[in-house]
Amino acid sequence: MEKLSSAGIAWRAAQDIPDGAYVNLGIGFPEMVARFQPEGQHVTYHSENGILGMGPAPQEGEEDWDVINAGKKAVTLLPGASIFHHADSFAMVRGGHIDLAVLGAYEVAETGDLANWRIGSRGVPAVGGAMDMVTGARRVAVVTDHVTKTGAPKLVERCSNPLTGVGCVARVYTSLAVVDVADGRFVLREKLAAVSMEALQAVTGAKLHVERDLRELRVPEGL
Amino acid sequence: MDKSIDSVEAAVADIEDGAVVMIAGFGGSGIPVELLHALVARFRATGHPTGLTVVNNNAGTGAVGIAAMLDAGMIAKVICSFPRSSQPQAFQRRYEAGEVELELVPQGTLAERIRAGGAGIPAFYTATGVGTELAAGKPVETFDGRDYLRERWLKADVALVKGALGDRHGNLTYRLAARNFAPIMAMAATTTIAQVTRLVEPGEIEPEQVVTPGIFVQGVVEVPEPAQEEALIRSGEVA
Repeated sequence: MEKLSSAGIAWRAAQDIPDGAYVNLGIGFPEMVARFQPEGQHVTYHSENGILGMGPAPQEGEEDWDVINAGKKAVTLLPGASIFHHADSFAMVRGGHIDLAVLGAYEVAETGDLANWRIGSRGVPAVGGAMDMVTGARRVAVVTDHVTKTGAPKLVERCSNPLTGVGCVARVYTSLAVVDVADGRFVLREKLAAVSMEALQAVTGAKLHVERDLRELRVPEGL
Repeated sequence: MDKSIDSVEAAVADIEDGAVVMIAGFGGSGIPVELLHALVARFRATGHPTGLTVVNNNAGTGAVGIAAMLDAGMIAKVICSFPRSSQPQAFQRRYEAGEVELELVPQGTLAERIRAGGAGIPAFYTATGVGTELAAGKPVETFDGRDYLRERWLKADVALVKGALGDRHGNLTYRLAARNFAPIMAMAATTTIAQVTRLVEPGEIEPEQVVTPGIFVQGVVEVPEPAQEEALIRSGEVA
Protein backbone atom coordinates (compact mmCIF):
# COMPACT_ATOMS: atom_id res chain seq x y z
CA MET A 1 0.00 0.00 0.00
CA GLU A 2 1.28 3.48 -0.86
CA LYS A 3 2.10 5.57 2.20
CA LEU A 4 3.79 8.78 3.28
CA SER A 5 7.35 8.78 4.54
CA SER A 6 8.08 10.12 8.03
CA ALA A 7 9.08 13.41 6.38
CA GLY A 8 5.73 13.49 4.57
CA ILE A 9 3.80 13.03 7.81
CA ALA A 10 5.91 15.70 9.54
CA TRP A 11 5.43 18.13 6.63
CA ARG A 12 1.65 17.69 6.75
CA ALA A 13 1.51 18.26 10.51
CA ALA A 14 3.68 21.39 10.20
CA GLN A 15 1.23 23.00 7.74
CA ASP A 16 -1.46 23.24 10.44
CA ILE A 17 0.67 25.10 12.99
CA PRO A 18 -0.61 28.67 13.20
CA ASP A 19 1.69 31.68 12.96
CA GLY A 20 2.83 32.80 16.39
CA ALA A 21 2.20 29.45 18.09
CA TYR A 22 4.19 28.12 21.05
CA VAL A 23 4.80 24.45 20.28
CA ASN A 24 6.31 21.45 22.02
CA LEU A 25 7.53 18.56 19.90
CA GLY A 26 7.98 15.13 21.48
CA ILE A 27 11.41 13.54 21.36
CA GLY A 28 12.28 11.43 18.32
CA PHE A 29 10.12 11.53 15.19
CA PRO A 30 7.93 14.54 16.20
CA GLU A 31 11.09 16.72 16.28
CA MET A 32 11.09 16.43 12.48
CA VAL A 33 8.00 18.69 12.29
CA ALA A 34 10.23 21.73 12.96
CA ARG A 35 12.01 21.17 9.64
CA PHE A 36 8.84 21.89 7.66
CA GLN A 37 7.63 25.07 9.29
CA PRO A 38 6.05 27.13 6.47
CA GLU A 39 8.18 30.06 5.36
CA GLY A 40 7.18 33.45 6.71
CA GLN A 41 5.57 31.97 9.81
CA HIS A 42 7.05 32.28 13.25
CA VAL A 43 6.73 29.35 15.62
CA THR A 44 8.41 29.29 19.03
CA TYR A 45 9.56 25.85 20.13
CA HIS A 46 9.51 24.90 23.79
CA SER A 47 11.84 22.35 25.32
CA GLU A 48 10.80 20.87 28.68
CA ASN A 49 14.22 21.23 30.27
CA GLY A 50 13.78 24.99 30.19
CA ILE A 51 14.07 26.65 26.79
CA LEU A 52 11.70 28.73 24.67
CA GLY A 53 13.02 29.69 21.25
CA MET A 54 14.92 26.50 20.55
CA GLY A 55 16.62 26.35 17.16
CA PRO A 56 18.02 23.52 15.05
CA ALA A 57 21.01 21.34 15.91
CA PRO A 58 24.40 23.06 15.66
CA GLN A 59 27.15 21.96 13.27
CA GLU A 60 29.09 18.94 14.48
CA GLY A 61 31.84 20.14 16.79
CA GLU A 62 29.84 23.27 17.73
CA GLU A 63 27.70 21.55 20.38
CA ASP A 64 27.23 23.20 23.76
CA TRP A 65 25.95 20.44 26.05
CA ASP A 66 24.22 22.99 28.28
CA VAL A 67 21.96 23.85 25.33
CA ILE A 68 20.08 20.61 24.76
CA ASN A 69 16.53 19.55 24.02
CA ALA A 70 14.31 17.15 25.94
CA GLY A 71 15.90 14.25 24.07
CA LYS A 72 19.33 15.41 25.37
CA LYS A 73 20.44 16.33 21.85
CA ALA A 74 22.41 19.53 21.24
CA VAL A 75 20.28 22.40 19.91
CA THR A 76 20.73 26.15 19.47
CA LEU A 77 19.09 29.26 20.88
CA LEU A 78 17.37 31.58 18.40
CA PRO A 79 17.21 35.37 18.83
CA GLY A 80 14.53 36.05 21.45
CA ALA A 81 15.08 32.74 23.24
CA SER A 82 14.68 32.46 26.99
CA ILE A 83 15.85 30.05 29.68
CA PHE A 84 13.98 29.18 32.87
CA HIS A 85 13.81 26.57 35.59
CA HIS A 86 11.88 23.32 35.41
CA ALA A 87 8.83 24.34 37.44
CA ASP A 88 8.31 27.39 35.21
CA SER A 89 8.81 25.19 32.17
CA PHE A 90 6.03 22.87 33.25
CA ALA A 91 3.84 25.76 34.40
CA MET A 92 3.90 26.73 30.72
CA VAL A 93 2.66 23.25 29.89
CA ARG A 94 0.25 22.58 32.75
CA GLY A 95 -1.04 26.13 32.83
CA GLY A 96 -2.32 25.85 29.27
CA HIS A 97 0.20 28.26 27.73
CA ILE A 98 1.58 25.83 25.13
CA ASP A 99 -0.65 26.06 22.06
CA LEU A 100 0.21 22.70 20.57
CA ALA A 101 1.99 19.51 21.57
CA VAL A 102 2.93 17.00 18.86
CA LEU A 103 3.70 13.49 20.07
CA GLY A 104 4.22 10.00 18.76
CA ALA A 105 1.89 7.12 19.63
CA TYR A 106 1.71 3.40 20.15
CA GLU A 107 -2.09 3.65 20.01
CA VAL A 108 -4.77 6.33 19.78
CA ALA A 109 -8.35 5.44 20.71
CA GLU A 110 -11.46 6.91 19.09
CA THR A 111 -12.18 8.52 22.46
CA GLY A 112 -8.91 10.49 22.16
CA ASP A 113 -7.07 8.32 24.68
CA LEU A 114 -3.35 8.10 23.96
CA ALA A 115 -0.89 5.31 24.79
CA ASN A 116 2.67 6.33 24.02
CA TRP A 117 4.95 5.73 27.00
CA ARG A 118 5.08 2.04 27.65
CA ILE A 119 4.36 -1.26 25.91
CA GLY A 120 2.69 -3.58 28.39
CA SER A 121 4.70 -3.86 31.60
CA ARG A 122 8.09 -4.74 30.12
CA GLY A 123 11.44 -3.19 31.03
CA VAL A 124 12.24 -0.06 33.00
CA PRO A 125 9.23 2.30 32.93
CA ALA A 126 10.04 5.88 31.87
CA VAL A 127 7.36 8.54 31.41
CA GLY A 128 9.16 11.90 31.14
CA GLY A 129 6.87 14.84 30.41
CA ALA A 130 4.36 13.11 28.14
CA MET A 131 1.54 12.94 30.71
CA ASP A 132 1.96 16.64 31.50
CA MET A 133 2.01 17.55 27.84
CA VAL A 134 -1.19 15.72 26.87
CA THR A 135 -3.23 17.13 29.74
CA GLY A 136 -1.74 20.62 29.68
CA ALA A 137 -1.22 21.72 26.09
CA ARG A 138 -4.19 23.49 24.51
CA ARG A 139 -4.17 21.11 21.58
CA VAL A 140 -2.58 17.67 21.22
CA ALA A 141 -1.72 16.19 17.83
CA VAL A 142 -0.13 12.84 17.06
CA VAL A 143 2.21 11.94 14.21
CA THR A 144 2.57 8.23 13.51
CA ASP A 145 2.62 5.47 10.98
CA HIS A 146 -0.94 4.26 10.43
CA VAL A 147 -0.04 0.75 11.63
CA THR A 148 2.61 -0.87 13.84
CA LYS A 149 5.74 -2.53 12.45
CA THR A 150 3.82 -5.81 12.42
CA GLY A 151 0.87 -4.24 10.60
CA ALA A 152 -1.53 -3.94 13.54
CA PRO A 153 -3.79 -0.85 13.64
CA LYS A 154 -2.64 2.06 15.80
CA LEU A 155 -6.02 3.78 15.58
CA VAL A 156 -8.22 1.63 17.79
CA GLU A 157 -11.47 1.57 19.76
CA ARG A 158 -9.66 1.18 23.09
CA CYS A 159 -5.93 1.32 23.83
CA SER A 160 -4.43 -1.96 25.04
CA ASN A 161 -1.19 -0.37 26.31
CA PRO A 162 -0.89 1.81 29.44
CA LEU A 163 -2.45 5.23 28.89
CA THR A 164 -0.56 8.50 28.74
CA GLY A 165 -3.76 10.52 28.89
CA VAL A 166 -7.53 10.18 28.64
CA GLY A 167 -9.49 11.90 25.86
CA CYS A 168 -6.59 14.18 25.02
CA VAL A 169 -5.84 13.77 21.29
CA ALA A 170 -7.48 16.20 18.84
CA ARG A 171 -5.90 15.15 15.54
CA VAL A 172 -3.79 12.30 14.18
CA TYR A 173 -1.47 12.65 11.18
CA THR A 174 -0.68 9.18 9.86
CA SER A 175 1.15 7.74 6.87
CA LEU A 176 -2.23 7.30 5.15
CA ALA A 177 -4.62 9.89 6.51
CA VAL A 178 -5.48 12.87 8.67
CA VAL A 179 -8.02 11.89 11.31
CA ASP A 180 -9.77 14.04 13.92
CA VAL A 181 -11.15 12.84 17.22
CA ALA A 182 -14.62 14.34 17.64
CA ASP A 183 -17.28 13.31 20.15
CA GLY A 184 -15.74 9.92 20.82
CA ARG A 185 -15.28 8.91 17.17
CA PHE A 186 -12.70 9.14 14.43
CA VAL A 187 -13.60 11.59 11.66
CA LEU A 188 -11.55 11.15 8.49
CA ARG A 189 -10.46 14.54 7.11
CA GLU A 190 -7.90 13.58 4.47
CA LYS A 191 -6.61 10.38 2.88
CA LEU A 192 -4.11 9.45 0.20
CA ALA A 193 -5.83 9.27 -3.19
CA ALA A 194 -4.17 5.93 -3.93
CA VAL A 195 -5.70 4.29 -0.86
CA SER A 196 -9.35 3.27 -1.09
CA MET A 197 -11.79 3.81 1.77
CA GLU A 198 -12.08 0.04 2.15
CA ALA A 199 -8.31 -0.45 2.32
CA LEU A 200 -7.96 2.39 4.83
CA GLN A 201 -10.77 1.07 7.03
CA ALA A 202 -9.20 -2.41 6.90
CA VAL A 203 -6.00 -1.15 8.58
CA THR A 204 -7.87 0.99 11.11
CA GLY A 205 -9.06 -0.58 14.37
CA ALA A 206 -12.15 1.61 14.79
CA LYS A 207 -14.84 2.99 12.52
CA LEU A 208 -13.74 5.95 10.37
CA HIS A 209 -16.56 8.41 9.96
CA VAL A 210 -16.66 10.54 6.82
CA GLU A 211 -18.16 13.97 6.64
CA ARG A 212 -18.70 16.08 3.55
CA ASP A 213 -15.33 17.80 3.57
CA LEU A 214 -13.11 14.73 3.00
CA ARG A 215 -9.99 15.86 1.13
CA GLU A 216 -7.02 14.30 -0.55
CA LEU A 217 -3.87 14.03 1.59
CA ARG A 218 -1.08 15.56 -0.51
CA VAL A 219 2.49 16.43 0.32
CA PRO A 220 5.25 17.91 -1.88
CA GLU A 221 7.06 15.50 -4.18
CA GLY A 222 10.36 14.17 -2.93
CA LEU A 223 9.30 13.90 0.72
CA MET B 1 28.45 35.68 56.60
CA ASP B 2 30.61 33.35 54.54
CA LYS B 3 29.05 30.17 53.17
CA SER B 4 32.09 29.16 51.18
CA ILE B 5 33.56 25.68 51.71
CA ASP B 6 37.19 24.88 50.88
CA SER B 7 36.79 21.55 49.09
CA VAL B 8 34.23 19.25 47.52
CA GLU B 9 35.28 16.62 50.08
CA ALA B 10 34.34 18.93 52.94
CA ALA B 11 31.15 19.93 51.11
CA VAL B 12 29.76 16.36 51.14
CA ALA B 13 31.26 15.23 54.47
CA ASP B 14 28.05 15.61 56.48
CA ILE B 15 25.60 13.80 54.23
CA GLU B 16 24.17 10.96 56.32
CA ASP B 17 23.10 7.40 55.61
CA GLY B 18 19.52 7.21 54.36
CA ALA B 19 19.43 10.88 53.36
CA VAL B 20 17.12 12.14 50.61
CA VAL B 21 19.43 13.86 48.15
CA MET B 22 18.16 16.02 45.30
CA ILE B 23 20.67 16.19 42.48
CA ALA B 24 20.20 18.99 39.98
CA GLY B 25 20.62 18.40 36.26
CA PHE B 26 18.75 17.17 33.23
CA GLY B 27 20.59 14.49 31.29
CA GLY B 28 24.21 15.62 31.64
CA SER B 29 23.45 19.34 31.80
CA GLY B 30 23.71 20.81 35.28
CA ILE B 31 24.91 17.64 37.00
CA PRO B 32 27.34 18.63 39.81
CA VAL B 33 29.83 15.98 38.74
CA GLU B 34 32.65 16.89 41.17
CA LEU B 35 30.31 16.87 44.20
CA LEU B 36 28.91 13.48 43.19
CA HIS B 37 32.34 12.00 42.64
CA ALA B 38 33.49 13.31 46.03
CA LEU B 39 30.47 11.54 47.52
CA VAL B 40 31.35 8.29 45.74
CA ALA B 41 34.97 8.57 46.93
CA ARG B 42 33.78 9.09 50.51
CA PHE B 43 31.52 6.03 50.26
CA ARG B 44 34.31 3.89 48.83
CA ALA B 45 36.67 4.98 51.63
CA THR B 46 34.25 4.80 54.58
CA GLY B 47 31.10 2.91 53.52
CA HIS B 48 29.05 6.08 54.08
CA PRO B 49 26.73 7.58 53.14
CA THR B 50 24.66 4.63 52.01
CA GLY B 51 20.98 3.84 51.51
CA LEU B 52 20.42 7.20 49.81
CA THR B 53 17.23 8.26 48.08
CA VAL B 54 18.18 10.25 44.99
CA VAL B 55 15.84 12.71 43.27
CA ASN B 56 16.76 13.68 39.69
CA ASN B 57 14.94 13.77 36.37
CA ASN B 58 16.93 10.75 35.19
CA ALA B 59 18.82 7.85 36.71
CA GLY B 60 22.35 8.25 35.42
CA THR B 61 24.17 7.65 32.17
CA GLY B 62 27.31 5.63 31.52
CA ALA B 63 29.55 5.25 34.55
CA VAL B 64 29.84 8.81 35.90
CA GLY B 65 27.75 11.02 38.18
CA ILE B 66 24.56 9.29 39.39
CA ALA B 67 25.54 6.16 37.47
CA ALA B 68 28.79 6.03 39.47
CA MET B 69 26.74 6.28 42.68
CA LEU B 70 24.52 3.42 41.48
CA ASP B 71 27.53 1.31 40.54
CA ALA B 72 29.05 1.96 43.96
CA GLY B 73 25.86 0.64 45.61
CA MET B 74 25.08 3.68 47.77
CA ILE B 75 21.58 4.36 46.37
CA ALA B 76 18.50 2.56 47.73
CA LYS B 77 15.82 4.48 45.86
CA VAL B 78 15.49 6.75 42.84
CA ILE B 79 12.65 9.24 42.39
CA CYS B 80 12.65 10.37 38.75
CA SER B 81 10.62 10.76 35.57
CA PHE B 82 12.83 9.13 32.97
CA PRO B 83 15.27 6.42 34.14
CA ARG B 84 16.46 5.71 30.62
CA SER B 85 19.37 7.17 28.69
CA SER B 86 21.77 6.42 25.89
CA GLN B 87 23.77 4.27 28.36
CA PRO B 88 21.30 3.18 31.06
CA GLN B 89 23.08 0.05 32.30
CA ALA B 90 23.98 1.24 35.82
CA PHE B 91 20.34 1.82 36.78
CA GLN B 92 18.94 -1.02 34.71
CA ARG B 93 21.22 -3.58 36.36
CA ARG B 94 20.35 -2.47 39.91
CA TYR B 95 16.64 -2.14 39.14
CA GLU B 96 16.31 -5.54 37.49
CA ALA B 97 18.21 -7.13 40.39
CA GLY B 98 15.74 -5.52 42.81
CA GLU B 99 18.56 -3.61 44.48
CA VAL B 100 17.13 -0.16 43.89
CA GLU B 101 13.54 1.02 44.27
CA LEU B 102 12.00 3.29 41.62
CA GLU B 103 9.32 5.92 42.18
CA LEU B 104 8.31 7.06 38.71
CA VAL B 105 6.82 10.57 38.59
CA PRO B 106 5.64 12.54 35.54
CA GLN B 107 8.21 15.24 34.84
CA GLY B 108 5.99 18.25 35.49
CA THR B 109 4.59 16.64 38.62
CA LEU B 110 8.15 15.99 39.80
CA ALA B 111 9.09 19.65 39.25
CA GLU B 112 5.93 20.90 40.94
CA ARG B 113 6.32 18.53 43.91
CA ILE B 114 9.81 19.91 44.43
CA ARG B 115 8.62 23.50 44.03
CA ALA B 116 5.78 22.82 46.49
CA GLY B 117 8.29 21.35 48.95
CA GLY B 118 10.35 24.51 48.78
CA ALA B 119 7.30 26.75 49.05
CA GLY B 120 5.71 25.02 52.06
CA ILE B 121 2.75 23.60 50.15
CA PRO B 122 2.13 20.03 51.38
CA ALA B 123 -0.07 18.94 48.46
CA PHE B 124 -1.55 20.24 45.24
CA TYR B 125 -3.84 19.05 42.45
CA THR B 126 -2.93 18.34 38.85
CA ALA B 127 -4.65 16.85 35.81
CA THR B 128 -1.42 15.09 34.86
CA GLY B 129 -1.74 11.33 35.17
CA VAL B 130 -5.53 11.16 35.63
CA GLY B 131 -6.80 7.82 34.31
CA THR B 132 -3.30 6.31 34.02
CA GLU B 133 -1.50 3.67 36.07
CA LEU B 134 0.54 6.43 37.72
CA ALA B 135 -2.66 7.65 39.39
CA ALA B 136 -2.81 4.52 41.57
CA GLY B 137 -3.42 5.36 45.21
CA LYS B 138 -3.73 9.10 44.65
CA PRO B 139 -6.92 10.88 45.74
CA VAL B 140 -8.98 12.36 42.89
CA GLU B 141 -11.05 15.51 43.23
CA THR B 142 -13.19 17.31 40.70
CA PHE B 143 -12.82 21.06 40.20
CA ASP B 144 -14.96 22.95 37.67
CA GLY B 145 -15.95 19.66 36.05
CA ARG B 146 -12.47 18.22 35.56
CA ASP B 147 -10.72 15.49 37.56
CA TYR B 148 -7.40 16.19 39.25
CA LEU B 149 -4.96 14.05 41.24
CA ARG B 150 -3.67 15.08 44.60
CA GLU B 151 0.12 15.05 44.68
CA ARG B 152 2.35 15.52 47.72
CA TRP B 153 5.26 17.87 48.15
CA LEU B 154 8.79 16.54 47.86
CA LYS B 155 11.51 17.73 50.22
CA ALA B 156 15.08 16.67 50.74
CA ASP B 157 17.78 16.62 53.38
CA VAL B 158 20.37 17.78 50.87
CA ALA B 159 20.39 19.32 47.39
CA LEU B 160 23.54 19.23 45.28
CA VAL B 161 23.50 21.81 42.48
CA LYS B 162 25.86 23.29 39.93
CA GLY B 163 26.05 27.04 39.47
CA ALA B 164 28.09 29.35 37.27
CA LEU B 165 28.77 32.22 39.70
CA GLY B 166 28.22 31.96 43.41
CA ASP B 167 29.00 34.50 46.09
CA ARG B 168 29.81 34.00 49.77
CA HIS B 169 26.18 34.73 50.68
CA GLY B 170 25.04 31.82 48.50
CA ASN B 171 23.56 33.83 45.63
CA LEU B 172 23.78 31.80 42.42
CA THR B 173 23.63 32.14 38.66
CA TYR B 174 23.56 29.27 36.18
CA ARG B 175 25.04 28.52 32.79
CA LEU B 176 22.42 28.40 30.00
CA ALA B 177 19.92 25.51 30.25
CA ALA B 178 22.02 23.86 33.00
CA ARG B 179 19.68 25.82 35.28
CA ASN B 180 16.85 23.24 34.90
CA PHE B 181 16.07 21.74 38.35
CA ALA B 182 18.65 23.62 40.43
CA PRO B 183 16.58 26.65 41.57
CA ILE B 184 13.65 24.54 42.82
CA MET B 185 15.82 21.84 44.40
CA ALA B 186 17.78 24.54 46.24
CA MET B 187 14.45 25.67 47.73
CA ALA B 188 13.26 22.17 48.69
CA ALA B 189 16.27 20.93 50.66
CA THR B 190 17.26 21.57 54.26
CA THR B 191 20.88 21.92 53.16
CA THR B 192 21.81 23.03 49.64
CA ILE B 193 25.40 22.73 48.51
CA ALA B 194 26.35 24.49 45.28
CA GLN B 195 29.49 23.88 43.33
CA VAL B 196 30.21 26.97 41.26
CA THR B 197 32.68 27.69 38.51
CA ARG B 198 33.69 30.95 40.18
CA LEU B 199 33.31 32.00 43.80
CA VAL B 200 32.90 35.77 44.00
CA GLU B 201 32.45 38.42 46.67
CA PRO B 202 28.97 39.69 47.61
CA GLY B 203 28.09 42.49 45.21
CA GLU B 204 29.91 41.03 42.24
CA ILE B 205 26.70 39.42 41.01
CA GLU B 206 24.23 42.17 40.13
CA PRO B 207 21.17 41.71 42.38
CA GLU B 208 18.88 41.56 39.35
CA GLN B 209 21.04 38.78 37.84
CA VAL B 210 20.73 36.50 40.87
CA VAL B 211 18.65 33.45 39.96
CA THR B 212 18.79 31.59 43.29
CA PRO B 213 18.87 33.95 46.29
CA GLY B 214 21.33 32.95 48.98
CA ILE B 215 18.61 32.20 51.52
CA PHE B 216 18.16 28.85 49.75
CA VAL B 217 21.86 27.96 49.80
CA GLN B 218 23.89 26.76 52.79
CA GLY B 219 27.26 26.00 51.19
CA VAL B 220 29.25 27.15 48.15
CA VAL B 221 32.37 25.42 46.88
CA GLU B 222 34.40 26.62 43.92
CA VAL B 223 35.14 24.05 41.20
CA PRO B 224 36.95 25.88 38.39
CA GLU B 225 36.62 24.23 34.98
CA PRO B 226 34.00 21.70 36.10
CA ALA B 227 33.37 18.57 34.06
CA GLN B 228 30.22 18.69 31.96
CA GLU B 229 28.70 15.23 32.33
CA GLU B 230 27.66 14.77 28.71
CA ALA B 231 31.09 15.92 27.49
CA LEU B 232 32.74 13.64 30.06
CA ILE B 233 30.74 10.63 28.85
CA ARG B 234 31.50 11.44 25.21
CA SER B 235 35.21 11.69 26.03
CA GLY B 236 35.08 8.06 27.21
CA GLU B 237 36.44 8.82 30.69
CA VAL B 238 34.98 7.07 33.73
CA ALA B 239 34.69 8.00 37.35
